[in-house]
Order: sequence, then C-alpha cells, then structure tokens
Amino acid sequence: MTPLVSIENVDMRYGGPDGTLAVSGLNLKINRGEFIAVVGPSGCGKSTLMKLTTGLHIPQSGVVIVGNEQVTKPVSIVGMAFQNPTMFPWRTTLENILLPLEIVERHRHRLRRHKAEYVAKAEKLLETVGLKGFGDKYPWQLSGGMQQRANLCRALIHEPELLMLDEPFGALDAFTREELWCVIRDLHATQDVTIVLVTHDLRESVFLADKVVVMSARPGRVISENVVPFERPRQLELLYDPAFNEMVQRLHGEIATARSAA
Amino acid sequence: MSTNPSASRPPFKINWVRLAPLLYTIGLFVIWEIGVRLSGLPHTILPTPTRIFEAIVQYWSPIWKNSMQTLYTTVLGFLIAVVAGLGIGLFIGWSKTIYAGLYPIMVGFNAIPKVALVPILVIWFGIGTVPAVLTAFLISFFPIVVNVATGLATIEPETEDVLRALGAKKLDIMLKVGIPRSMPYFFGSLKVAITLAFVGSVVSETVASNNGLGQMMASAQSNFNVPLVFAGLLMLAVEGIAMYALMAWVEKRMTGWAHRSTMAH
Repeated sequence: MTPLVSIENVDMRYGGPDGTLAVSGLNLKINRGEFIAVVGPSGCGKSTLMKLTTGLHIPQSGVVIVGNEQVTKPVSIVGMAFQNPTMFPWRTTLENILLPLEIVERHRHRLRRHKAEYVAKAEKLLETVGLKGFGDKYPWQLSGGMQQRANLCRALIHEPELLMLDEPFGALDAFTREELWCVIRDLHATQDVTIVLVTHDLRESVFLADKVVVMSARPGRVISENVVPFERPRQLELLYDPAFNEMVQRLHGEIATARSAA
Repeated sequence: MSTNPSASRPPFKINWVRLAPLLYTIGLFVIWEIGVRLSGLPHTILPTPTRIFEAIVQYWSPIWKNSMQTLYTTVLGFLIAVVAGLGIGLFIGWSKTIYAGLYPIMVGFNAIPKVALVPILVIWFGIGTVPAVLTAFLISFFPIVVNVATGLATIEPETEDVLRALGAKKLDIMLKVGIPRSMPYFFGSLKVAITLAFVGSVVSETVASNNGLGQMMASAQSNFNVPLVFAGLLMLAVEGIAMYALMAWVEKRMTGWAHRSTMAH
C-alpha cells in the first residue's frame, strides 16, 4: 500500500539562502487511516512539517507526496485546526462550519442547491462532538472548549482525507482537554480519516496516536518513530497504567537528549 | 392591588443615566446664561443663550436655508468619501506591497491642511457648492481608508493558512474574511468621518461660497451680528450630533457581532 503522505529527504529554509534551516533531511511516511503524533523540543520544525504537508510551503529540496501527487500548491484534501480556534465572530457556529464548503472546489458549486444536505451533515458532526443544538449560537457565546470542538467540525466538514492538528488543545484546561481527547479518538475510530497531531503534550500523543514521531532540535529531522502498543479503543484509565507512563517517560528522555544536543 | 409582580419595586424611578445628556446640556446653557448676565459682557462679545435662541427665531428662514445647504454639501461629500474610502481602502489592504507603498503618501496627504486646498478647488471649480463638497470629501475620506485598509491588512496568518490549505484564492480570502472583518473598523470610522466632513464643508463655505452656514456666519461676523454667528454654531452642533447619532446607530445595526460584550447578556 502506498502511503498517503510521503516526505522524502526534505530541506526547508526560511528567508533566502542564508536564512534559518527549519528542517533538514526530513523523512516521514504516513499511511492511510493512521494516527500520527509529532513531538519534539520547541522550534523543531513541527509547524513547518504541517505547512509542508498541506502545501502552504514548498520545500527547496526533497519531495513531498500527498495522495500520489507531488505537492506544488496547497492540497485540498486536508483539514486543519490550530491551537487558537479561528472561528469568525460574524458567522454563527453552523455558518463557520460550512465555510470550507464555500471554498473547496468540489463543493462550492453544489453548496447552494444542496444546502439542506450539507446543513444536516454539519449538524451531525456537531452532535458527534457533543455540540448538538449549538449551531445557531455565535462563537463568542461558546466556551473555549466548545469553540475548539466546533473548530474540529469545521476541519472535518469537507471530508478531508488528512486532518492536521497543530496543538489544538494547548489552550484548554486539563479536564476539557481529556474530554476532547476522547472526541478525537472517537472521530478517528468512526470516520475514515488520517490524523497528524502536532503537540507538546507527551501523554496526549501516547494516548491518541498509533505512532509517535520524535523530532530533533533545529534543523528538525525525525530521530525516532515509536509505535504505541496499546489496544484500541483506549479509555482514560490508560493514563494511569504503568506501561503508559513508562512510554511517556521514555519519550520524555529522548526529547531531553534532543534538546541538550542542540 | 399588587397583581403586577414589579409592584414591590417603586412604581416610578427616574433613570438618571438616560436623562443625563439632557440635564447636562440644560445645565451648560443655564451656567452660560448666568455667567454672561453677571459679568455684564455685551452681546457683541458673548451673547447669552436666550439671545442666541432669539436670533434663531428672528433669522429662521435664512438659518434653515443655509443649514440645509451645509447639510447637503456635508452629506454629499461624506457619501463620496464613503464610496471612495471603501474602494481605496480595499485596494490598499489587498496586498502588503500596495499598503507599504501608499500608506506614507496617504499620511502626507492627510497632513496637508484642507483649508489650504480650498483656493485651489475654487480656481478649478469656482466658488459655491462644488468646493464645499470636495473639501468635505477630502477631509473625511482618510479615516475611512485607513480603517478599512488596517482591517484587511491585519488578518491573522493562521486564518489565512486555514483557508489557503482549502485552496482559497486571494479573492476568496478577501470576500470571506477580509471584508467582513474590516466592517467594524469601517463603520467605526464613519463617526469620525462625518464629524470631519462638517469641518471641511464649513471651512470651504467660510472661505469661498455664497451660501451655507459657513458663509452665513462669516457675513454675520462682518456685520457684528454675533448672536447670529452663535446661532450658526448651534445649528452646526445640532446637525453634527444628529449625523453622529445616525452613524453610531448604523454601526450598531451593521456590526452587532463586534459589540458582543453588550449583546451576550
């Protein structure tokens, strides 16, 4: 099976030939349906990895292939969610969620005529993330956690094959974060989607991912790929399992080494 | 008796906050009246409010005619400024390069005192309505341009990334995010712009016109008819407040989402 995403020997430098080298000799393969978490010291090029995969940046050398095609422009099979839920305050939650459909080529011409169908889909997604009935509320009427849930719906509405999450739960309190871990876990279990999660939280990465990718300090490259052995579906009790904590500790050690090597 | 649930509260309570603007205005006039009477200043220096109201009644026909003329030139100039300001603002905010290039020029242009432009406008268009409209336009369009352009130029990079990753073109980003996002800035700037537009039209009328409140006050001044000068000022204040209130209302209607702290509860 060919991987959905294949990053081969990629260098990415910002600000011209003498600029900072963000990633160097980056190699990563992501299979269809897989859940990958990317961790590493700050400034290791995690965000660059996201921008390379989505085609927002084109690498100076090396090849990025997404869905059998070399990336030369933004790829439309991706949904993105950031730490800061960029919901637009002039749109209701439902209208915010429908926004990608107004842009993605495949949907934008169908949207007007098939509005009801799309609205039903958005409402179903809202229900999945526990926001049933909140569609006509404005974003500012929702709490931070609810906004982030809506943000996930927006990232998923156009049925992306690949969902890129850049520290989506960084700004939330511990309980809300754990709730949303379960939301993501269930989304991944029920929907046919490949997920890349960039995070600083090692427990989050081990709890959610099939494979944890550790990156080195700048210039970033992959230093290890760790398959997470725990069975799915995983419950929150797993967080207190000795084997779980052992794995978290091991990853922590690896990142500490990567930091001091820089 | 007390079928009404609110009967436990006092049946009538004066809302001092709502009455405050009226009471303070009356207070100002009363202090003014007493001050002038006690000090014995002649009407030719500082007329009392009662003398000014007398003048308004006495000269009502020319005051009304000239007030309407000034309102007309101001609103016309302001409307041109809204259209041009919105257009130029969108153009400038479209790209960082255009923004960087045109911004200093705009600032320099705005620094020119508009009264200095009136003679040039008179050479081009003669005296009367046209230079007044143009001066109102020139003085009021700058805040609109700056606000619209700033609203567009400050879109968060994450927002742009989210949309570009979906395949959005520049035009999509402008239509879906840039323009709605700059609307509170735009409507906010209208309050500033309408006030400035009055300054522009009156300045132009004072220097070069045969009608309008500016011209009326200038000629009243040369006849030492000081109460009429003050009557003109009062009319300008009334028109200014009315237009400002209208703009504030429009702002609230159009961009209620930006006033969320007051809407949420």
